[in-house]
Amino acid sequence: MESGPDCMSDKPKEQYDIAAIMNENINVMRDVVPWANETSFRVTKVEKGHVFGVQPWAEHLVGDPETGIIHGGVITTFLDNLCGMACTAAMTEMRFVATIDLRIDYMRPADKRRDIIGEAECYHLTRSVCFTRAWAYHETRDKLIATAAGTFAINKARLGGSTT
Amino acid sequence: MNPQLTNPRADEIDAILKRIPFAQTLGMRCEVLGDEMTAILPFQEKLIGNIAIRALHGGAIASFLELTAMLQVFLVSDMPRPPKPINLTIDYLRQGHAKDLYARAYVLKMGRRMASVRAEAWQENRAEPVTALMAHFLVAGE
Repeated sequence: MESGPDCMSDKPKEQYDIAAIMNENINVMRDVVPWANETSFRVTKVEKGHVFGVQPWAEHLVGDPETGIIHGGVITTFLDNLCGMACTAAMTEMRFVATIDLRIDYMRPADKRRDIIGEAECYHLTRSVCFTRAWAYHETRDKLIATAAGTFAINKARLGGSTT
Repeated sequence: MNPQLTNPRADEIDAILKRIPFAQTLGMRCEVLGDEMTAILPFQEKLIGNIAIRALHGGAIASFLELTAMLQVFLVSDMPRPPKPINLTIDYLRQGHAKDLYARAYVLKMGRRMASVRAEAWQENRAEPVTALMAHFLVAGE
């Protein structure tokens, strides 16, 4: 973080620890996304290129009234959002991303009235595209509820950048 | 009587939507004519995903398309209840603006165990879809 060989250049290009900035603003990030507020998930931890979150069970999210299990669309929203954040968290300057495509596989139904844990990782990054994968589970990744794979386009700097 | 015009499943679609809390949260409804169904997602502020550019959230659009695809399978089958999704792929083609969204789904193949469905959502112009979905549903065996 400090000193290092790049001190030699008199004006180094500014590099930020985006993951750390995101970690400090975890709740702000959700508040500017109304649909994320509606589905009420929380982001719990941001590391470089890796984001964790929790999707609580709620009555208004139920997709099957007979079993009380939340709808797949809630998991899609959750994982889509975590993947997008994992992209931003993998960068060295603040840029936002837009989903190009997303694939979701539903392995098993989630349990009723139980939190779902989500984890997303951005495993490759080019100048214009991010590649991500994500997992949803109750306890560990050994027993998955759903997986996702998504690609994201990196927006040009400043787009929507004025809002905090 | 022409079975094309009086689909007995049509009334059930409405009842199913009313029973699914998440469909109510989205605020979607469906119009059925024979075996043709158009789903409508009236615009609401809570569906926004990016307040800076006022775009609909991809997750809200995907949820709407998944429900549309599921209901279309139900409409053209004789299943006692809506099918369960196996997987889905969503292509975000254009930005979803802060206005109503429409969708239609096509059952490409209705197998004995699985159904393959394609669905598209549009706003102004049906020839310029906002989002396309491809999904597989389990139609038999629990």
